Amino acid sequence: MTARALAVFKDGLWTNNVTLSQKLALCPLLALTSTATNGLGMGLATTACLVMTNVAISLVRGVITPQVRIPAFILVIAGIVTLVDMLINAYGHELYKVLGLFIPLIVTNCVILGRAEAFASRNGPSLSACDALGIGLGFTMSLTGIGAIREILGSGTLFANASLMLGAPLAFLETTIIPDYKGFLLMILPPGGFLVLGFALAAKRVFDSRASRRAASVAAPASACH
Amino acid sequence: MAEDRPFVAGPFAHAGRSTPMIMAWVMIALTPATVFGLGLYGWPAIFLFATTLASAVLAEAACLKLAGKSMVTLQDGSAALSGWILALTLPPWAPWWIGAVGAALAIVVGKHVFGGLGQNLFNPAMVARVALLISFPLEMTRYVAPRPLLGGDAAGFKESMAITFGLGGHVDLDAVSSASLLGHAKTELARGVPLHEALSSGFDLSSLFFGTTTGSMGETSALLLIVGGVTLIALRVISWHIPLALILGIVVPGALFHAIDPDRYLSPLVHALAASTLFGAFFIATDLVTSPVTRAGQMIYGAGCGVLIFIIRTWGGYPEGMAFAVLLMNAGTPLIDRWVRPRIYGRDRKGRPLSVTPRESK
Repeated sequence: MTARALAVFKDGLWTNNVTLSQKLALCPLLALTSTATNGLGMGLATTACLVMTNVAISLVRGVITPQVRIPAFILVIAGIVTLVDMLINAYGHELYKVLGLFIPLIVTNCVILGRAEAFASRNGPSLSACDALGIGLGFTMSLTGIGAIREILGSGTLFANASLMLGAPLAFLETTIIPDYKGFLLMILPPGGFLVLGFALAAKRVFDSRASRRAASVAAPASACH
Repeated sequence: MAEDRPFVAGPFAHAGRSTPMIMAWVMIALTPATVFGLGLYGWPAIFLFATTLASAVLAEAACLKLAGKSMVTLQDGSAALSGWILALTLPPWAPWWIGAVGAALAIVVGKHVFGGLGQNLFNPAMVARVALLISFPLEMTRYVAPRPLLGGDAAGFKESMAITFGLGGHVDLDAVSSASLLGHAKTELARGVPLHEALSSGFDLSSLFFGTTTGSMGETSALLLIVGGVTLIALRVISWHIPLALILGIVVPGALFHAIDPDRYLSPLVHALAASTLFGAFFIATDLVTSPVTRAGQMIYGAGCGVLIFIIRTWGGYPEGMAFAVLLMNAGTPLIDRWVRPRIYGRDRKGRPLSVTPRESK
């Protein structure tokens, strides 16, 4: 069970990373990664929603008939996202002001419905939670990573305003990478999102193909012995 | 016997021209305007030009190595030419990193992301120019008045090191900056000054024609650009369709609006000679990779560029619109090529076989 849970978690985090491999949820990715802080905030909000929806749908999967599953899933998801939306508005108002419309739009995020359909409706609640955590953290990782690259290239800082948006304990994250930087506006603007996403996709493919080649070269002599 | 031969589609004739040859001819045609521009703006322009060219070649080498491609294409001069064209469109006293970042953007994002030479959808040099203009508006719009290399007020070598590379001191460029004709006209019009007043001092057509005016590094001299462009047409490296259609695309609406209100709209002659019209018409829009293949398609493409440039110059936020216009029409190029297809031999325009009435054989 734990081995299976770990495999599910790793699959969501890296192998089937939602943005870099499945190429889903690109809308929040392109819109909210002008800084690493935005990316981190959006990633964590999505992860929170995803864990709750996956567990909830897994619990009720026995009573939902296949014919009405999509409206039923959407209803559950919309309820939970509204809850998260109100919570962020109440306890993280600065973050709410930046993420704005994108929090309620998590309802339509294809990742959430996709995981409900592909995983939570077929597996138990604990495994679904693992899946949601893996997928959610993988999403957070790519959002924060792309946000960090765009922020460093675009304005020379990293995690700017983190304390304001995510809470005072995170003030240590705020760094100025390049002092006296004049800014590379293109990276902050939408084209920068597309450019960095493209290079990130290419980088993951290079990394994965190198890893599989290494695995093949390790496996080859071993099989030759038999 | 026929089955011995491999089945190949046309074309079967080769003009005997290679990529390196075409690139070399374009460079030769660019040389007069380049040498004039470098002389006109002195050492800072020479430093920027060298930096841009070297960065383009370096970026090309890096991309080829990363992609595991043969280094042969490095020697065809295409990367150097992209860098060259980009450099000529830059403000001559821009800092070195404008050239370096621009060249890297042109080669990596403009060209190799699409698969290298011949695969790019957009003109690499113009991709870089637009990216630079949007990212660094201050550096990309700070022009200086001509200070010829051999003249009395030229920037000295040491001062130039400071201007381009920021070495050994700081030079306040605001003290020497000057507006280009189109920029000046745009600001004055925005202030409500009529054109005949705005252009009464310091701007005359002969300085635009010979090039002794404020502008980008290699775009000022209409005369030398025409010489280079006509050479290319005579050598049949480019055809006359795109340049002519582009210039007409600016001049015709320009003349029309100028006739309506000469105080609000620049004269067509100014449109034709100023800024990058001629440089773009002969050397940018005619890029073989990103322009349509048929003659009719080239006319549409050129006219589209011209009209867009006129629209951007007249009503847009920027004083000059060559780069934007060329990129927009580049995006339309595949569509134009689909639209305007040559008639297949033996078929009508829609691709249906022509009806044949059999003739009696004698």
